[in-house]
Amino acid sequence: MVAASSVEMRKVNKYYDKFQALKDIDLSILPGKVTCLIGPSGSGKSTLLRCINFLEEYDSGEVRIDGQLIGYDAPNKKMSGRKLREMRRSIGMVFQQFNLWPHMTARENVAEGLIRVRRMSKAEAQRRAAEALVKVGLADKMENHPSRLSGGQQQRVAIARALAMEPKLMLFDEPTSALDPELVGEVLSVMRTLASEGMTMVVVTHEMGFAAHVADQVGFMEKGELVGVDSPDRILHRPEDARIQSFLRTYHERNSF
Amino acid sequence: MFSLAVFFHSFGPLLWAARYTLLISVLGIGLGLVIGTVICAARLSPYPLLRRFAAIWVSFLRGVPLLVQLLVFYYTLPVIGLDVPAMVAAVVTVGICASAYISEIWRGAIAALPTGQAEAAVAIGMRPVDVWTRVILPQAVTLSLPALINELILLVKASSLVSVVGILEITRASQAQAATTFRPLEVYIAAACIYLLINLCLAALGRYLEHRTNV
Ligand SMILES: Nc1ncnc2c1ncn2[C@@H]1O[C@H](COP(=O)(O)OP(=O)(O)OP(=O)(O)O)[C@@H](O)[C@H]1O
Ligand SMILES: [Mg+2]
Repeated sequence: MVAASSVEMRKVNKYYDKFQALKDIDLSILPGKVTCLIGPSGSGKSTLLRCINFLEEYDSGEVRIDGQLIGYDAPNKKMSGRKLREMRRSIGMVFQQFNLWPHMTARENVAEGLIRVRRMSKAEAQRRAAEALVKVGLADKMENHPSRLSGGQQQRVAIARALAMEPKLMLFDEPTSALDPELVGEVLSVMRTLASEGMTMVVVTHEMGFAAHVADQVGFMEKGELVGVDSPDRILHRPEDARIQSFLRTYHERNSF
Repeated sequence: MFSLAVFFHSFGPLLWAARYTLLISVLGIGLGLVIGTVICAARLSPYPLLRRFAAIWVSFLRGVPLLVQLLVFYYTLPVIGLDVPAMVAAVVTVGICASAYISEIWRGAIAALPTGQAEAAVAIGMRPVDVWTRVILPQAVTLSLPALINELILLVKASSLVSVVGILEITRASQAQAATTFRPLEVYIAAACIYLLINLCLAALGRYLEHRTNV
């Protein structure tokens, strides 16, 4: 079992100029639990996720990781860059577009953070990077540059890059949305393993199967609001809210043939 | 009749003068790289005043011909009581002028990188200096190499303008040579050959560097 963080969001609001992207978000995530966020495009899923590691600055409310406020020391008083980096070290993030560094090999991509952030020696970092890549099933692709990897392999390198930092919380923003259908499985299976090891995970996804089987709770977002957070069964199979019903109806129509 | 003798004879003095052409171009681009990088950093900084200054710097230097900049700079120096050699004035002017273009080359290369790459670095807790030196700049350098070599080629040609402040580079030397031999055609064709030779070498260097960084 890995050490895992909790996340608490209280009355979080986020504006882009006049446009309110997040409205009074309340969300509690217990250590070791998997939370999936679903909802229509533009509903604020990514924004919410990115507030958790303060990649997006929220304007009011609180986001706490293991009880510690992230981004601010006090309301309206920004946290120092140093303290923020310290907190981010234990929060891994995986992006829809992988965001690997194309001028580095898979192994260098993973080792970079260990060297620069965790101040490991190059040799030690390379060894750990290799371990992390083995763990995601890429033992034979370590010296490849990202351009020489399939989408699924690139995403697994990105997961390894995050995992090598030994995070206590992992954020995934539509990790399989950019992948060809036949490559989705390999990434989801790595994520499933991670969940079974007790990692706290927040996953924005359109993979309802993953949400139904792996999530401990599912949140539905619409127009910047977290409309409902509940067990996968209650959100995905017996939703009471009309907005969730309508979203799922559209989803099922699109995915049936 | 075209005199081959004069043509070949011109190469000696013109090649000798080419050292100034090369010196001014290379020092100019060196200075331009330093200033251009600072200007680009200012342009991308979060401080509105710095950004404004950099924007004005770029548009002014791109909007005024190098020849005019040279003359203004050259004749301003004595007015403010500075007595610098023409060579220094030339290198500084060429460098400052190049900085405007180089700053834009950097900016274009940096803007061409997907923002997600820097985000991924920030997300694992990398310091801004590491994000720049490890993720952004190595790629920006590779991306802008062709444009930088191109800029150097432009400078080699633009350096002919410094003849106006009395530096005996290729163009000025060929004027002198033409005057003494009364054979301008032969001399200027020789000068053209030397410029072409220099720039073909630079283009080859550019292709080599591009190839090497594209592995
Ligand atoms: N940098 C920005 N500036 C202005 N508006 C933004 C910005 N980023 C996001 N938005 C807006 O905020 C809203 C929420 O965006 P967000 O990316 O969080 O949606 P999402 O639920 O992740 O959508 P998708 O499923 O398409 O990824 C959208 O309406 C979007 O247009
Ligand atoms: Mg999104």
